[in-house]
Amino acid sequence: MKTANRIRAAFAALAFGAALALTPASAQAPVNPTASAVKEEQLLKELDRVTGRVSIPDRKAGVVIQPEGREFRALQTRAMPWVAIVAIFGMLALIAAFYLYRGRIMIDSGKSGMTIKRFGGFDRVVHWTTAVSFLTLAATGLNTAFGRSLLLPLMGEHAFAAWAEFAKMVHNYVAFAFMAGIVAMFVMWVKDNIFQMIDMEWIRSFGGLFSHQHPPSSRFNFGEKWMFWSIIFLGAAISATGLMLLFPFQWAGIQGMQWATLIHGVVGVVFFAAILAHIYIGTLGMEGAFDAMGSGRVDVNWAKEHHSVWAEEELRKQTPQPADGRLAAPAE
Amino acid sequence: MARVKFLCDADRCIECNACVTACKNEHEVPWGINRRRVVTINDGKPGERSVSMACMHCTDAPCAAVCPVNCFQTTADGIVLHSKELCIGCGYCFYACPFGAPQYPKVTNFGSRGKMDKCTYCAGGPDDKPGKAEYERYGANRLAEGKLPICAEMCSTKALLAGDGEIIAQIYKERVLKRGYGSGAWGWQTAYRETVAL
Ligand code: HEM
Ligand code: SF4
Ligand code: SF4
Repeated sequence: MKTANRIRAAFAALAFGAALALTPASAQAPVNPTASAVKEEQLLKELDRVTGRVSIPDRKAGVVIQPEGREFRALQTRAMPWVAIVAIFGMLALIAAFYLYRGRIMIDSGKSGMTIKRFGGFDRVVHWTTAVSFLTLAATGLNTAFGRSLLLPLMGEHAFAAWAEFAKMVHNYVAFAFMAGIVAMFVMWVKDNIFQMIDMEWIRSFGGLFSHQHPPSSRFNFGEKWMFWSIIFLGAAISATGLMLLFPFQWAGIQGMQWATLIHGVVGVVFFAAILAHIYIGTLGMEGAFDAMGSGRVDVNWAKEHHSVWAEEELRKQTPQPADGRLAAPAE
Repeated sequence: MARVKFLCDADRCIECNACVTACKNEHEVPWGINRRRVVTINDGKPGERSVSMACMHCTDAPCAAVCPVNCFQTTADGIVLHSKELCIGCGYCFYACPFGAPQYPKVTNFGSRGKMDKCTYCAGGPDDKPGKAEYERYGANRLAEGKLPICAEMCSTKALLAGDGEIIAQIYKERVLKRGYGSGAWGWQTAYRETVAL
């Protein structure tokens, strides 16, 4: 009797325990089967997106709702144009103001008529490959970003789409020439672009741009070093994000792709604005500067004024030659 | 004219994937692309729900806003159509779309990356007359034949509703009132900036 009771009690306890363990939580409230159901509103509030499992192999299809697409849209269609307008027109205004204030920076002591070698043939090939590919990328990239607002109304949608597709292909392939150029410039010129104490003087007088003085400088002055490192870092950023766009979802998910697109666009317009200043000072802004990348040879007086330390070293190594260059062909 | 929408009643969806299969078959959708897919949220946990999702044909569509060549067009019925004639395959629409609807035909097809593909609401494409050329590019044009999207018609539990937005909202509302629960019209707030008031 006692044992039978005990057995019965044990069974009852077991059955109760099993019932507790086996009953799913939701079945305890059979009235409302959605009591524990996931709710869209709550998921969006907690995670700002709704994701789940899909049976197809495309993993990114598991994101059902990603409202940050809306932020991407706002940044791409509203912020990007403003960044571009401020960067590009701001830079043009700065350049114009500087030109009005300072005019063309002339060689104070006039041209000597004698030149020394500054950039060899390979340096110049790399420079112009990078420059031409950069301008091509800028034109085709800006077309992707702003052609719809600026060109489409003029061209009509079919002509514009055909042009935009061509521009996209050009952008995609020319990118590799640009990236190769950036790498080559880094390798060739990095040793002359490392910060030196002599650069402090350039910084203190801001390159003598306003004081009309010429702080001493090695092969590259601080302004040029600044430009070099800007190009290296902006070039690295634009290459990395550009490659991400070229191989979508290879290295990033949807959010990564959104940021890659935005960063690529913003770096693109900032880079373009920076290069405008570079182009100005290399052509219109300074007498004698273009020759360095044109013929590769610069006037001795230009070298002495802008790169005194470098000029001294070079004059010890090479004999200046007449500027028309016909008397003695530079052997490179 | 009425504005058409999709509504997935997640409390009915049993993740049978009939809609996905019907869509693929009807339009001969290329390999690797799913114009419609079923996603299970909280899979295996109590309260899991499955949602069948495709392009929602958004109001003020984000894809259309970011496209560099303006190749989306919203019809009078509110259907967002994508033109494969104009598309340059840049991918921006995918990044902007809250529902991952537009897809590259081949993700790593370097350089061109092909033309985007997405749900047409079974309305064919924006540039062609119904016919063979349109079928090859965009799939069937059921709307031109007076039929609604195949996914909703094939839905085994009638979880997926397609048609006039007001009417399907009404159907859903009646269901919810009758059975006493509903997890909401998934995606509506994001796509249409309104939801079904219950
Ligand atoms: C360095 C290698 C680069 C790569 C791999 C690259 C790649 C890309 C890709 C794949 C896109 C997407 C659209 C398309 O497919 O055409 C794009 C867009 C764009 N690119 Fe580049 N690019 C590079 C350099 C540049 C440079 C140097 C500039 C400008 C100076 C630039 C400016 C732009 C702009 C403005 C867009 C549109 C971005 C937007 O709408 O937000 N890119 N690029
Ligand atoms: S769901 Fe995506 S593809 Fe469809 S209209 Fe909305 S943003 Fe465009
Ligand atoms: S992939 Fe095509 S449809 Fe999408 S944004 Fe680019 S051009 Fe427009």
